[in-house]
Amino acid sequence: MTEKIHSEKANSVAKIDAYGLSHRELNARLREAVSNGSQKIELQNVYGQRYIGTDLDKAVEIEIFGVPGNDLGAFMNGPRIIVRGNAQDGCGNTMNNGEIIVHGHAGDIIGLSARGGKIFVRDDVGYRAGIHMKEYQDKKPVLVIGGTAQDFFAEYMAGGVVILLGLNLKEGEHHKAKFIGTGMHGGVIYLRGSVDNYQLGKEVGVADLDEKDLQTLKQYIIEFASHFGFNAEEIMKQKFSKLFPRWLRPYGRLYAY
Amino acid sequence: MRTYLPPKFIVERNQERCIQCQVCVNQCSFETHYYDAEDDIVRSREGTCVGCHRCVMFCPTGALNVRRNPLEYRENLNWRPEAIEDIIKQAETGGVLLTGMGNDKGYRIYWDHLVLNASQVTNPSIDPLREPMELTTYLGSKPDKVEIDPDTLSLKTRVAPQVKIEVPVMFAAMSYGAVSLNVHESLARAATEAGTLWNTGEGGLHPSLYKYGSNTIVQVASGRFGVHQDYLDAAAVVEIKIGQGAKPGIGGHLPGEKVSAEVSMTRMIPRGTDALSPAPQHDIYSIEDLAQLVHALKEATNYTKPISVKIAAVHNSAAIASGMVRAGADIIVLDGLRGSTGAAPKVIRDNVGIPIEMALASVDSRLRKEGIRNQASLVISGGIRNSGDVAKAIALGADAVYIGTAALVALGCCLCQQCHTGKCAWGICTTDLALTKRINPDIGARRLGNLLRGWSLELKDILGGMGVNALESLRGNRLHLRGVGLTDTELEILGVRMAGS
Repeated sequence: MTEKIHSEKANSVAKIDAYGLSHRELNARLREAVSNGSQKIELQNVYGQRYIGTDLDKAVEIEIFGVPGNDLGAFMNGPRIIVRGNAQDGCGNTMNNGEIIVHGHAGDIIGLSARGGKIFVRDDVGYRAGIHMKEYQDKKPVLVIGGTAQDFFAEYMAGGVVILLGLNLKEGEHHKAKFIGTGMHGGVIYLRGSVDNYQLGKEVGVADLDEKDLQTLKQYIIEFASHFGFNAEEIMKQKFSKLFPRWLRPYGRLYAY
Repeated sequence: MRTYLPPKFIVERNQERCIQCQVCVNQCSFETHYYDAEDDIVRSREGTCVGCHRCVMFCPTGALNVRRNPLEYRENLNWRPEAIEDIIKQAETGGVLLTGMGNDKGYRIYWDHLVLNASQVTNPSIDPLREPMELTTYLGSKPDKVEIDPDTLSLKTRVAPQVKIEVPVMFAAMSYGAVSLNVHESLARAATEAGTLWNTGEGGLHPSLYKYGSNTIVQVASGRFGVHQDYLDAAAVVEIKIGQGAKPGIGGHLPGEKVSAEVSMTRMIPRGTDALSPAPQHDIYSIEDLAQLVHALKEATNYTKPISVKIAAVHNSAAIASGMVRAGADIIVLDGLRGSTGAAPKVIRDNVGIPIEMALASVDSRLRKEGIRNQASLVISGGIRNSGDVAKAIALGADAVYIGTAALVALGCCLCQQCHTGKCAWGICTTDLALTKRINPDIGARRLGNLLRGWSLELKDILGGMGVNALESLRGNRLHLRGVGLTDTELEILGVRMAGS
C-alpha cells in the first residue's frame, strides 16, 4: 500500500494520495507534512477517512479532493480545510480555531460545540447543525450554511453566529427544520427565508436585524460569497430575521432549592 | 408564601460559654446565626440550619451544638418525614427538587455483606512492615499476548499507552464550578504527591493547574466546556463522560450565579450564563458513535494516552461495557447508584441506577466471558468509604476506584447535601470567593495525602493478611471474598460464595 503514497514537498505544497490509507496513516502523513514545514497540503483520493486534521494546530491549508469522513477537523486548532466535495457528520466537532470550507453538502452535527473558527458550507447540512456552539471573549465560532438545515438546528446554542441562507429554496419554499434553537441561551442565528413559529424552540425570540447585526451579517456573507462565487449583495437583498435567546438562563425556574 | 417546612435542625447555644464573638455569624453561609445589637447577644434562627457543623467546629468556646429537630410527626412508616417535606417544598415552589451528594436511601450496601479472607496456618500471612507490598497499578488496554524478540530480549508487542498509579485510588470527577479552584488545587497536588490521578470533571482545567497535567484526567462531556488542544495535551488520560451515578441519563445545569469570572474563563463561556450540559452527547447516539469519539480523541492526542469512558451503572451495564471495550475504550468507568453530585434532581439521584457492586461484578464477568477483559481497565466509583471497600472492589474485579465524597469529607465536607445551593460553608462546593478561601490548598492537599497514605497502609495490611504481596494477586480474585446475609441470586451475580462454604 505504501507505494501508492506520493507525498512530495515542493514549494512547501505537499500532495498526499490518500487512496487505501487508514485514517491513522493519513493523519500521520499529515502530521509529518506539517512538521516538515508544508504550508499547503493537497489530499487526493480521499474516501471517507475520518478525523482529518484533528490535532493540527498550525495555520496550514489542507485541500481535500474526494469525500472526507466523519469528524473532519474535530478539535482542530488553526488549519484551513477546503473540501472539494461533500463532508459527512461531525464536521468541525469541538473545533477551536481555523476554517472549514465545504464545496457541497455536510452531514449531521456540523460545528457541534465549536468554540472558535469558521465553517462555510455551500449547500445543505443535516440534523443538529451548530448544536451547543459557544463563545468566550474574542473566541466566537461562525457557521454559514448556503442551503437549508434539518431539525434541531442550533439547539442548545450558547454562543457564536449561525447563518442559514436557504439559497437553494424555491420561491415560496420554507426551511423545514423544527426545534430551531431549542434551549438556546447565547449567540445569534441569522435566518434568510421564512420559518413558522412552531418550528422554533420555546427559548428563541425573533427580531429584525439592527445596524450592528447587518454589519456582522454582511461581513460573513461577503466571505461566504467569495468562497463559492456568489454575489453577496444579491444574498443580502432578501429579508433576514434574527433569532436570539430570550433568556440567558432558560432553565432557571425549573428547580426548587 | 408562608412555609410549612419545620426546621430540620435545632441549634443549641450554651449562653454561659458564648462570648458573643460572632464567629458563628461569620462562618454560617446559611444565615442561621445573627447578632442582635439591641440586646448585645448572638442568636440563631433554626429554620435555615442545614446541619453542616461549620459553626460548631469553629466556635472558640465550644458553646454550640446542632441536633436533629426532635419535632415528631405521628408515626407512619409510609409517610415518613422526608416524603411529607418533599411535598411541602414542591407545593411551595412548583419545581424539580434538587439535591447534592449521593443517594442517601437504604438500598443494600453490598460492601457490608462481603468479607475478605486471611491466611491462617496453611499459608503464612506476610508482614507488610517487613516485606515490600505492591499496590502499583497500570491503567490502559493490555495486549492479548506479549511477544519478546529472542535476539534483543526486548518487547516486540506494541503495548497501548499505560498510566501508572501508585495506589489504586483516584479522585473522582468534580468540575470546577461545582467545586472551587482551591479544591481542584488540593486534589491535583495530593494526587501528584501520592502518585495517583485526579479528574477535572467537565468544567475544564484552570490555567494554574496545567502543571499537574501528568496526574490529571481531563473530561470530555456533553457540554464540551474548556475542551481544546492544550487541555487534551496536558492530561495523562482523557475521559469521555457519558453519565454519572447520581443522575444517569440526565444532563447538568451549572446555574449562572456559579459562573464567576474564573469559572467562565476555564469553561470558556460568558460570565453569568447557565452552563448547560445536554443529557446526551449529541455526537454519541450509539456504540458506533462512541467509537468515533474515542478514536477522534486518540487521533487528537496522537495515540499517546489512554481514553477512558465513564457511564452510570444501569440495568444493561454489562452489555454496554462490552460495547465500550469494542469501541476502543482503554479504561471503563462505572459510577454506581450511590455516586455523588454537585446537583441533581432528587428523584433521579434516589431512584435511578444500580448498586456499583452488582454492576462491577456483572461487567467484569461479562468481559471475561467474552475474552476482552484485558482490553480495558475497569474503574469504579460511587460510595467507596474506606480501604475495605477498595479491597473488596479490587477482589470483585476492579483495577482501581475513584473517590469523590470521601475526598471531600477529608477536606471538611459533612454531607449536609446543600451542594446545589452554592453556599457551602466549608468552601468546597461553591464559587463564592468569600467561601472558597476557606479551603487552603496547602492544608487540603495534606489532608487528602494523609487519607491516601492511610488507605495505602491498610491495603497493604489486608494483602499481607491474605498472604499475597501484590494487589495484582487480589485483582478479580473473588475467592478472597465471601458473602454474608445474601440470597443465592445475589451471590450468583456477585460471583461470590457464602461465608462458611
